[in-house]
Amino acid sequence: MLANQIGYYSLILGLLFSFLLCVVLIKDFNNNKRINWNVFTLSFLQFTFVVVSFLSLILSFINSDFSNETVFNNSHTTKPLFYKISGTWGNHEGSLLLWLLVLTLFIFLFLIKSSQQPKKYRILTLLFQQIIIIGFFLFVLMTSNPFNYLFPIPKEGLGLNPILQDPILAIHPPILYLGYVGSSIIFSSSLAAVTQNYISKKWALHIKKWVLVSWVFLSTGIMLGSIWAYYELGWGGFWFWDPVENISLMPWLTLTALLHCILVLERRIALTSWIVILSIATFMFSMCGTFLVRSGILNSVHTFANDPARGIFILIFLFVLIFLSLGIFFLFDKENNKSSNNFFWLSKETFILVNNWFMMYFLSVVLIGTVYPIFLDVISTEKISVGPPFYHKLIIPFLAPFLLFMAFGPKLKWIKSKIENKNSLIIFFIISVALTFVILKNITTDLLFYTILISAAFFLFFTNLKELFVEKFNNISRVIAHFGFSLFILAVLFNSILSSEIITNIKVGEKYNYNETEILFEKIEEKKESNYKVIIGYFKITGENGKTIQLKPELRIYNQPIIITSEADIKTTLLEDKFLAMNLVKNDEYFNIRYQVKPFMLWIWISVLLISLGGLMSLVKKKYAK
Amino acid sequence: MYGKKVKLRFLFLALILVSVILSVFLILQSLKDNVVYFQSPTEIKFLIELDKKIRIGGMVKEQSISINSNEVNFIITDFKNEINVTYSGAVPNLFSEGKGVVAEGFLKDRNYFSATKILAKHDENYMPPEVKEAIGDK
Repeated sequence: MLANQIGYYSLILGLLFSFLLCVVLIKDFNNNKRINWNVFTLSFLQFTFVVVSFLSLILSFINSDFSNETVFNNSHTTKPLFYKISGTWGNHEGSLLLWLLVLTLFIFLFLIKSSQQPKKYRILTLLFQQIIIIGFFLFVLMTSNPFNYLFPIPKEGLGLNPILQDPILAIHPPILYLGYVGSSIIFSSSLAAVTQNYISKKWALHIKKWVLVSWVFLSTGIMLGSIWAYYELGWGGFWFWDPVENISLMPWLTLTALLHCILVLERRIALTSWIVILSIATFMFSMCGTFLVRSGILNSVHTFANDPARGIFILIFLFVLIFLSLGIFFLFDKENNKSSNNFFWLSKETFILVNNWFMMYFLSVVLIGTVYPIFLDVISTEKISVGPPFYHKLIIPFLAPFLLFMAFGPKLKWIKSKIENKNSLIIFFIISVALTFVILKNITTDLLFYTILISAAFFLFFTNLKELFVEKFNNISRVIAHFGFSLFILAVLFNSILSSEIITNIKVGEKYNYNETEILFEKIEEKKESNYKVIIGYFKITGENGKTIQLKPELRIYNQPIIITSEADIKTTLLEDKFLAMNLVKNDEYFNIRYQVKPFMLWIWISVLLISLGGLMSLVKKKYAK
Repeated sequence: MYGKKVKLRFLFLALILVSVILSVFLILQSLKDNVVYFQSPTEIKFLIELDKKIRIGGMVKEQSISINSNEVNFIITDFKNEINVTYSGAVPNLFSEGKGVVAEGFLKDRNYFSATKILAKHDENYMPPEVKEAIGDK
């Protein structure tokens, strides 16, 4: 009860500090001295009060204080403590409070980390950021207050959706948010830099850190969500081209493009306007993601409530930000005289530009596939969906040239370059094609298509492998990230070619044979846990090689809300995953089972971790020697 | 020298233009082929093209699910019309009688539907907007 009040008033105080901060910042703008000490104090206080507010919400969840509407809607006394805490951000109100928390944290970090930067630039960044923060404060307080009071106080809560009760899903939102919100700093700072005509090498060095931070978090956050979908939803895949997944991919694509452009800006003044556009786009896609996911337009596990007021608020807020940023961009972005966009065709810059073209192409495919159904629904009564074949058809063929450029580009020098080590490249290329052909000869019908694709991936793989071990470590972060990407593509492709699946309905005690695989359903066992009942199935599976493994998938029947979830049992080895999920249809004696052999699953996760690791290493490594 | 520069820039612009047009064309073409329309059991009675992949949404009729070792059979209804569905594949957790469902697949005729996928919902109380609309405010 008390925590509830404290949380609410802390939020209001936080908003007041925002306004105060704006006033102080505007007053301080034309002052030539250093930044007013009050700015630091106010920013710190603002952060502290949002922390207090967030902690008191967590406290309400821990104490199962059902006088709080959010707690009532999303918690239950029998839920384990860990999920009571993670339930804090497993709902609409709490997750927005988390957004706000990260926003205020990041702006405070920006303030203390940017002391080398010009004062006016810092103040403007803070101001733009405060506009976003105020917007979110108002959004939380007006439409999604996490501290609404309920009377009479209910005895018991409604519980958290069981499929959200999962360790990975407990950390997936905070990590993804760190990525999303990190992009808001990039947005504010590039707008500030435009107004101050400060888009320079120095700015590139400074903003690159923020780009890397959000990129690393965004990559990791998307991967966590994907791992969760793999084992919890029981669809037996890791990416479904679901609108909610696509929406997190779009800012990732623009952010990746931005990351590469910043590298150019570090060396020479070029692509300045494009960098600003990418910064704006990244944040807008993050915001659109929040809007589409939260407004109930897309149906998914992220849709918590369909309150039109919320959607309209975010929509208006979004439009204000877009007009503001575009206005600033067109007013201040004078064609910089220093800027030269004339690149010699054979140079690193050109290849980074090529990377950007590909990124923009992938982005437009994902964007159209995601938005077109919504658009059609609004202008007509037609309801459609766009499935994976659309994306596969448009994206996969373009991966081959993309991979080749990716292998080739980093070998070039800045400004003007010659092709070096021609022989080793040609040898690698021949090895890649030959290797792919030998591997694929017997396993796929679509030989030509996959040979081109996979040899391109092997080519990237080998060139980076060579750099990793043979050449001196001049840019190890890039090598690791690109190596990770080649590994990712290889793992995904071999996974999709070699996966096999058996789906059947089976009774206890029955045997099922398919090709050379035998599935024996031995028995079931029932158990009771704190907030669910569990049915464990015992399966013995004999594979083609004669080896027998035991898999024990579960069915969980949660008490509040009453929902059945199936927990797949997965045996993971370096080479392949064996995946078994079962489901009960209509309390009949038949169980619906899905058994999958998925090669190289582990490598998909490892490769994404390598990609993120590359970003992380670039973040911590020493600055370039001048 | 000047002429070469202009020529190069012109080439560059032409390249961008061609690639943009090409990619837009590709995307739209591919979109046309891969769109899956959503229909209610009533709409199927008036459907003209019967051999395209579609999605059907509605409620699973009470007492209509039957299961054997190969397939699951059930009836989707919007309380005006209904359609028989056969399905052999993985069944999502929340698939049960009296609950909303979306099935993707092909029509055999106006009364029989062969589903290739049944879509999972995530929440007991949540109903896909398409289904809600298909069955009206019942």
